[in-house]
Amino acid sequence: MVAILYLISALLFIFALRGLSHPESSRMGNIFGIIGMIIAVFTTLMFKSVLSYYEIGAAILIGGAIGSFIALRIEMTALPQLVAAFHSLVGLAAVFVAAAAFYDPVAFSIGKVGSIKTASLVEMSIGTFIGAITFSGSVLAFGKLQGTISGKPIVFKFQHLINALIFLLIIFLIIIFVINQSPTIFWTIVIISILLGFLVVIPIGGADMPVVVSMLNSYSGWAACGIGFTLSNNLLIITGALVGASGAILSYIMSKGMNRSIINVVLGGFGGEQDTSASKDNSDKIVKQGNAEDAAYIMKNADSVIIVPGYGMAVAQAQHALREMGDILKKEGIEVRYAIHPVAGRMPGHMNVLLAEANVPYEEVLELDEINHDFPMTEVSFVIGANDVTNPAAKTDESSPIFGMPILDVEKSQSVLFVKRSMATGYSGVDNELFYRDNTTMLFGDAKKMCEDIVKSLSA
Amino acid sequence: MEAHSSEVFVIGLTVFFLACIIGYYVVWSVTPALHSPLMGVTNAISSVIIVGAILAAGPQGFDTSKIFGLIGVVLASVNIFGGFLVTYRMLSMFKKKTKKTKDKE
Repeated sequence: MVAILYLISALLFIFALRGLSHPESSRMGNIFGIIGMIIAVFTTLMFKSVLSYYEIGAAILIGGAIGSFIALRIEMTALPQLVAAFHSLVGLAAVFVAAAAFYDPVAFSIGKVGSIKTASLVEMSIGTFIGAITFSGSVLAFGKLQGTISGKPIVFKFQHLINALIFLLIIFLIIIFVINQSPTIFWTIVIISILLGFLVVIPIGGADMPVVVSMLNSYSGWAACGIGFTLSNNLLIITGALVGASGAILSYIMSKGMNRSIINVVLGGFGGEQDTSASKDNSDKIVKQGNAEDAAYIMKNADSVIIVPGYGMAVAQAQHALREMGDILKKEGIEVRYAIHPVAGRMPGHMNVLLAEANVPYEEVLELDEINHDFPMTEVSFVIGANDVTNPAAKTDESSPIFGMPILDVEKSQSVLFVKRSMATGYSGVDNELFYRDNTTMLFGDAKKMCEDIVKSLSA
Repeated sequence: MEAHSSEVFVIGLTVFFLACIIGYYVVWSVTPALHSPLMGVTNAISSVIIVGAILAAGPQGFDTSKIFGLIGVVLASVNIFGGFLVTYRMLSMFKKKTKKTKDKE
């Protein structure tokens, strides 16, 4: 009976992910997920060994209240931090469950204290190891995304060698733990894994965060899997594998969006201060600067406009003002669409959520390969808070660090408007030659303020 | 749990690989626009680890294991409620052009 209920729960989780293939079916998918979780929890509460309903109920209420409070209050721009924080909790929960199983193996039928089955010990320590890494890595990622910790990659000598040695040390400790089942060794594994989690995320820069967040997503799944093996629980194994696969695929998509291998991202150090020489070369070139009225004039006289949002739009919270601008243009009979680069923002799909929040219909929001061939037929590209993802150097300059990265071909449209705070280079530290072209107009200022000013000029 | 332990492990491994394959195909079918909600949902369902935490917190009386279990239940619950709710919020924003909704929170 239990096994069947768990199976139903696992199937519902699969349907939950399946629902996300289309926005229309996605809400139902989320409900499937919730039902699956309720079944899983109640099935477990029906176990004969589970007796302390009050304590468990209280714990669920406390956690549920905290989680609901956070989820309802969070700004959509802060979504990446939130997800990172949630990942850290999954990791920590995995460590606690493993510890609980270690201290009371009888409750999980994996043996007795001091004589736990070897297989269970191995699985338990792997679950603990991954859980602890997920925990500390996510905490650090949270700090970097939130801005509490500098987003700059921190690189030091022998970094990878040290990480490799720590990893070997953990394997060694796991072997000892399996042999002597000492609590001291168990907690040493926890602490050293936490340390390793920090060290793994420290060299990774802010713009690589979409990959890191996806990777930690994946880890949290594998941690659940490890615990699933420890408890011989198929539901945990299935769910963990689903989550693990999901995170791994997202990491792959993200690194492909930057034309870099996952390994390259993980090794880190990208986006430091290298390549200052490239920006010097262009210091004497002339930039055409414009203001909101110029932008309004250019767009009003166009037939089609493609808006390219980037992380800068999220920082400035400009999505609502931007949508307002788009609405006015549409009323004028101008075709307005949005082009999203896979790595725009700080987590996969971040821009889509922000535009959806501002009530932009999802049909108008297109992915890179859906819209890229339309740029030559487009009169105006309105780039707001994005830079590297439009840089033609990715196609032409083999020496550029972003060479080979797929870009949005805004250069092919008749004119380009760039909303930027300053002439500063993008995250990669590479200068963008587009800024100096004749058909480019730079609009310097805060993205939100600029959109509002354009709206004023348009309606005047 | 009556089966031989190596047999249990092999069954687990079978389930694991099959689930990975299902995950692979299901996740590739997710539209890129919904990648953020995907993270929200996976985050919520990975907290199914609460099952293990409940088992640990189940027995009466108070010992180390039970305290760990209860902490695990709290942590996982934060995630379950938070994950599903934030996903719900995200998904309710993805609207069709034709509906012409103009609601403010």
